[in-house]
Amino acid sequence: MLRISHVSKLFHAGSPDEKIALTDINLHLNSGDFITVIGSNGAGKSTLMNMISGVLKPDIGNILIDGNDITNLPEHKRSRWIGRVFQDPMAGTAPHMTIEENLAMAYSRGQNRGLHIGVSSKRRTLFKEQLSRLGIGLEDRLRAKVGTLSGGERQALSLLMATFTKPQILLLDEHTAALDPARAELVTRLTQNIVSELNLTTLMVTHNMEQAIRLGNRLIMMDGGKIILDVNESVKADLTMEHLLGEFERISGHKLADDRVVLG
Amino acid sequence: MMNSLLGAVESGLIYALMALGVYITFRILDFPDLTVDGSFTTGGAIAAVMITEGASPWIATICAFFGGLAAGALTGLLHTKGKINGLLSGILMMIALYSINMRIMGKPNVGLLGETTMFSSLSPLLLMPFVVVAVKLLLDLFLHTELGLALRATGDNQRMIRSFGAHTDNTIIMGLSLSNGLVALSGALIAQQSGFADISAGIGMIVIGLASVIIGEAIFGARTVFFATLAAVLGSIVYRIVVALALRIEWLEQTDLKLITAVIVIFALVIPSVHRSWKQKGLARKRSAEIVALHEKQGLGGER
Repeated sequence: MLRISHVSKLFHAGSPDEKIALTDINLHLNSGDFITVIGSNGAGKSTLMNMISGVLKPDIGNILIDGNDITNLPEHKRSRWIGRVFQDPMAGTAPHMTIEENLAMAYSRGQNRGLHIGVSSKRRTLFKEQLSRLGIGLEDRLRAKVGTLSGGERQALSLLMATFTKPQILLLDEHTAALDPARAELVTRLTQNIVSELNLTTLMVTHNMEQAIRLGNRLIMMDGGKIILDVNESVKADLTMEHLLGEFERISGHKLADDRVVLG
Repeated sequence: MMNSLLGAVESGLIYALMALGVYITFRILDFPDLTVDGSFTTGGAIAAVMITEGASPWIATICAFFGGLAAGALTGLLHTKGKINGLLSGILMMIALYSINMRIMGKPNVGLLGETTMFSSLSPLLLMPFVVVAVKLLLDLFLHTELGLALRATGDNQRMIRSFGAHTDNTIIMGLSLSNGLVALSGALIAQQSGFADISAGIGMIVIGLASVIIGEAIFGARTVFFATLAAVLGSIVYRIVVALALRIEWLEQTDLKLITAVIVIFALVIPSVHRSWKQKGLARKRSAEIVALHEKQGLGGER
């Protein structure tokens, strides 16, 4: 499904601030894989996400989706295959536009945008139906401006928008990190439901260790721009937090340093 | 008095097309586009020259619209592909257009006296309401299409709409182009109404456009696209009426107009933000007091 081979990325190449973001990353996602990604600050998790979605280009290496080399494809052209939810609840929606208009834009993903009316009555019915699956009453607020929603509601909407054209790959970039625990739990539950229902191939960065262990069928750990641990389904089932932290220290030689890491 | 008011409504309606153009860049794209000062003149120049050469006023006006489209698209290219700051792209285009406009006209002023114009058989006061309403409704409709939504999202959250597959360079170019098309259309009609095209017709036009948009929003509100475009149109008319009234004050000169316009825009920009911060401060104070009162009631207050 998604193959990342020998990808490296350097920031500020040639300047005193030169920093290795990714070194020779190799990762292969099978169709239907739900991988959680953990790692310390500056491990390269977000860089990896930006690399896959096309915000950044690798210095060397290739990225393939379904066997097609997309390494040099710009972000807007890749979006046909890739759905993404950002950490910042403000990032995934247009605040001055209504809920239904936001959904209409998500609905046009990967298609040529033309002079069709964005929110037709037929689509509105579909939007309502999809929104009601979130179970937070947004289906009755189709014409509310998204800026008036709470962070949790916006993130739930972003999740729906990222997934409802059934992208080949779903990228979740710490998408519950900015929410309070109750809302984070809601969005996590919605994520689980949507991913399993649509059988989406998913890569989820999280700073919540418990979540990383509980969700998905595979777990990778990053440090210093490398993937240092790749845990498959059978091992992951018996994984504990202590074990995971121990492994991290053993391989990387230092403690997991993430000021926001949540242990459970 | 009545005559000057009717005159104000008449030019307000024609300038409303320009205000709609400024609304697209300033409000939708959040892009202060100074191309307007040049493209307004371009519209007048193309229309006036074509009409004096014997073209039908309709064709001439449509060509002026296309001239504006091209000018706006160039500004968009400078900004997106050339990575030039938005304000500077507009200024560069405005300066370049001065020379181009001069080339089109061949002299600083082209008269249209005795020529057949759009308004020869129908007075602007009768024709313009239809034109303005039609353009406004078409624009509303466009802004609700898939393409229009992408344009609006470009000004609202570029990162988001890119992640949904819109090429924001293209939407920016499209928005600037459409905006300047409308501005040039307005310039073409103003030339025909006033009976001449002048090389300096566009000077300060962006500020007048901003004034119209801002005044309109302040008076009529801009909750939805429908009301926002309506506000731009009505704002343009109100602006012309204010100017007409100001000119009746004896000690004011015609040339003071630009100062008055600038002052109107400054007030219109400053007052809402000051008002908002006052309101916010007041609200915060009230809520804090309420919370303190609540705590005291429950005996949770600090030691005295």
